[in-house]
Amino acid sequence: MPETPHPPAIEVSHLVKTFSGVPAVNDISFAAPRGEILGFLGPNGAGKSTTMRILTGYLPATSGQVSICGFPVASDPDAVKRRIGYMPENNPLPEEMRVSEYLYFRGRLKEVPRRKLGSRIDEVLELCDLKHVRHKIIGRLSKGFRQRVGIAESVLAEPPVIIMDEPTIGLDPHQILIVRDLIASLRGRMTVLISSHILPEIEVTCDRVLIINQGRIVAQGTPANLRREVLGHSAYEVEAAGPLGSLAFLLSSVDPGLSVASEGEADSLGFRKITLKTMNDDDVGEAILRAFLSEGLRVRSLCRARPTLEDVFLAATRRSWDTVAEEPKEEGRA
Amino acid sequence: MKHFFTILSHEVRMLLVSPATYIAGVLFLWLMGFIFTSILEQFSKASQAESPAAVFFQLYFLPVIFMVPLLTMKCLAEERRMGTIETLLTTPVTTTEVVLGKYAAAYLLYLSFWGSTSGLFYILKRFAGDEHLIDSGPIIGGYIFIAVSGLLFIAIGVFSSALSRNQAVAGMICASILIGLILGTRYLGNTSWLENESLAPFKAAVDYVQIWQHYQDFTRGVVDTRELLFYASGTFLALIFSILSVEAKLLHS
Repeated sequence: MPETPHPPAIEVSHLVKTFSGVPAVNDISFAAPRGEILGFLGPNGAGKSTTMRILTGYLPATSGQVSICGFPVASDPDAVKRRIGYMPENNPLPEEMRVSEYLYFRGRLKEVPRRKLGSRIDEVLELCDLKHVRHKIIGRLSKGFRQRVGIAESVLAEPPVIIMDEPTIGLDPHQILIVRDLIASLRGRMTVLISSHILPEIEVTCDRVLIINQGRIVAQGTPANLRREVLGHSAYEVEAAGPLGSLAFLLSSVDPGLSVASEGEADSLGFRKITLKTMNDDDVGEAILRAFLSEGLRVRSLCRARPTLEDVFLAATRRSWDTVAEEPKEEGRA
Repeated sequence: MKHFFTILSHEVRMLLVSPATYIAGVLFLWLMGFIFTSILEQFSKASQAESPAAVFFQLYFLPVIFMVPLLTMKCLAEERRMGTIETLLTTPVTTTEVVLGKYAAAYLLYLSFWGSTSGLFYILKRFAGDEHLIDSGPIIGGYIFIAVSGLLFIAIGVFSSALSRNQAVAGMICASILIGLILGTRYLGNTSWLENESLAPFKAAVDYVQIWQHYQDFTRGVVDTRELLFYASGTFLALIFSILSVEAKLLHS
């Protein structure tokens, strides 16, 4: 397979991993083209870390195929390990080493030529804003610095594929911003697979998102597509005052699918908050505003509610719980 | 094998910057110095049948039983407890290189500890001025014995460290195996029920693994290839089992 000009950077097909009979990863398939940043989302115990460990060749798969840059992990682990940078969960680092020593050691292990290593270490220290702690002992660094040492280490050998398990865990917002920019700067050059609990992170950084629950992929696509697919509607929030009796008729004249989802209490000025829902994906904000004004209603604000990835995540994982819960029933009937 | 030296040099450097190494070294020398002085004291009271060097190396098992577990218990157990084994094994490094690199570093440290005891003999030679106290045969034989048997002892320590992620447990396993191997076989070899005719093959096996006996051969200048083979094969087995154990723990984690 390595002969094909551009095999996908990560290719996983029908991956299954069981731990003493209990499936942790259950028939997962996905692929990531080169240069893409792929986000991995899922509740605890969904199989994210297990999948990542299998991708790195650290754990063997029970069945299925995994290849990195066209090299199968199972039969050619050495070629795979030369092409990945991996940062495990909780980012284990040797406590008693200095930052630059650690990077030097890792660079030697990753077969960076000795001549290039010095300048490459300077580069990644600069990239991760670690220059002033390069001579500090890792065990004495704060969490944010340690996390950045882990990231620096994973990009050190300039591998085509970078796998990071929760790189932003335990960082403050400022540091998260730095890490996000760092990952975004790798776009196009390296394929990055990151998992995270912090959903806005994934949303901003990733080109594509995989939502995984109970060892299965329950949804995948760009954040925008996921919203549409999983939630299936868009919502508008209007704050308006005036007689609202003809509201339903008014709305159907704008868009037949438009309906009132909820209506709030009027405040002291008579304004109430109305949430509208539609299956239509086009932006009908202007039409709604016109309709309200033509009816003599006063409008204070109108906005299109943007469902967060959080909503998508909750909807997608809940949906999969439902399907998992239903399965035994069907079997019982059959 | 190209990463073997990377790991070895890294391990040695870590040992050199770690205060624990120096504390262990000082305590070791203190104990050995204490043993050495008490032997010399015996000599000053009455002349003995054996030279001081022979008696000194006879007590090799004392430092072995408490130093080897301390030197080796950390090497693999710590990596697994910290999780750094995961970052180590996801680079183009094989488990064999990791285990051998750590083994070699521990062995070098063991050798350098023992090497430092040569200072005791130097002081004796320099200040005693009594030639019959310094018998170079048993000294050289003793050091060769320490170097050869150390191969096996350290390998056992590395193996114990591969068995548990808890350093204390690894240390205890190592000490137990060493006590069984050094003192247990000696005890078995002296028991009378083994003299029974039907147990002759067993008796032969016990005699073969008598580390005590090996020691005496070495200090007499007898280097038996069977004994060398015993240590070489034992080391080989212990290291193979360490590598398998590290890999098995990954498979069944």
